[in-house]
Amino acid sequence: MKIRFTLNKQAIEIESQPDCRVVDLLREQLVLTGTKEACGSGECGACTILVDGVSKLSCLMLAAQLEGREIKTIEGMSVSEELHPLQKAFCDQGAVQCGFCSPGMVMASADLLQRNPLATRQEIRQALSGNLCRCTGYQKIVDAVDSMVQETRNKS
Amino acid sequence: MKRVVSPHTLEELWQVLEELPKASLMAGGTDLLVHLRDKGRKVDLILLERIAEMQHLEQQDGELVIGAMVTHQQLLDSPIIKKHLPVLAQAVSGLGSPPIRHMATIGGNICSASPAGDSLPPLYLLEAKLVLKSKLTSRTVPIQEFILGPSQTVLAKGEILAEIRVPVPAPISTTEGISTYCKVGQRKALAISIVSMAACLEMESDGTVRVAKFAWGSVGSKVMVFPELDKYLFGKKLTDDSLRELGMMFARQVTPITDLRASAEHRRALVSNLPLKLLAEFKG
Repeated sequence: MKIRFTLNKQAIEIESQPDCRVVDLLREQLVLTGTKEACGSGECGACTILVDGVSKLSCLMLAAQLEGREIKTIEGMSVSEELHPLQKAFCDQGAVQCGFCSPGMVMASADLLQRNPLATRQEIRQALSGNLCRCTGYQKIVDAVDSMVQETRNKS
Repeated sequence: MKRVVSPHTLEELWQVLEELPKASLMAGGTDLLVHLRDKGRKVDLILLERIAEMQHLEQQDGELVIGAMVTHQQLLDSPIIKKHLPVLAQAVSGLGSPPIRHMATIGGNICSASPAGDSLPPLYLLEAKLVLKSKLTSRTVPIQEFILGPSQTVLAKGEILAEIRVPVPAPISTTEGISTYCKVGQRKALAISIVSMAACLEMESDGTVRVAKFAWGSVGSKVMVFPELDKYLFGKKLTDDSLRELGMMFARQVTPITDLRASAEHRRALVSNLPLKLLAEFKG
């Protein structure tokens, strides 16, 4: 089945099995391996992507669901070689260890900051409650997102 | 290859259902896709997420009408629900995780008919009615009669849950007095409830209970309500003693099972203690 959607701002048309999972379509067919799969059952958030700007789990979506949608993956966050400010914040705050959860964490954080640019630390924790990290203990991840909030606050 | 079809209207859905009578219906997919993958099953799928007539969330003549494909996040974003049905908002705010709430729908939560479904105890309390439609029929069923047991509902072949209707203002005031959803899980996020309690109490100004309603999740094959026991608090004040007594009465009536999340005994102990939470709620 032919599926047309926008992927990281580029319109694409791709031939896929309609019941192919989105995470497989991205990683296997499109070789966008930034999106990770860990649990495959909606428990860990590693495969989080943005669908029409909203964080969703690509392991629990089928290719057919992408028709006409706007998709953003971690690869779409940076502009050419320039990291997205949120990615920079993760680096600066030491919020990355093994890195496996990072793409999902960044996408979930992007969703939060878009809705709520002045999120409190409590709201940041809630927004990331669907993303598991087995290295950092979360503190530095929350610090990284919080640093973005502080930056926004200083600007306004 | 199996087919995946995404109708945009009910009319298209009825057609597709005739072509693929054995297909599974998928709402948000957060439960269904996990089950299908676990069992390695390949089935034809009909996606309901784009059906135009199932997306509404509006007030109509004393009812809040919720299309079955409204996601839990959309419920949380609704000012009407925040204002009139806070017990539902509270329950849904702890369902799954943010991305799950962006995908999973209220219709899916109801039709999964899990004893642990987070939206269910509040919907029982709020006397929700469900509108079921098929190509030729439409009927309205109270949620108590819709769910028969785990994963079992009265839905007939070719019939879908189209919308949910909740009286507004709620049959029991959810804004004056106490309105709360307490969920005990293994962790705070992404947890399936071990026991959940939805409670709404209308109070007199002196703190006497006028009316109380409780609904319990994960303590039987479906949500359990005990209208006779609810009456115990009428005309009483909330005290440590009255709530302990009530908790013990509930604990004698529930029928929990032992599963991988908790033992039946533990669940009974939780039921017996959870009403005490109301004391803290009332004192603020």
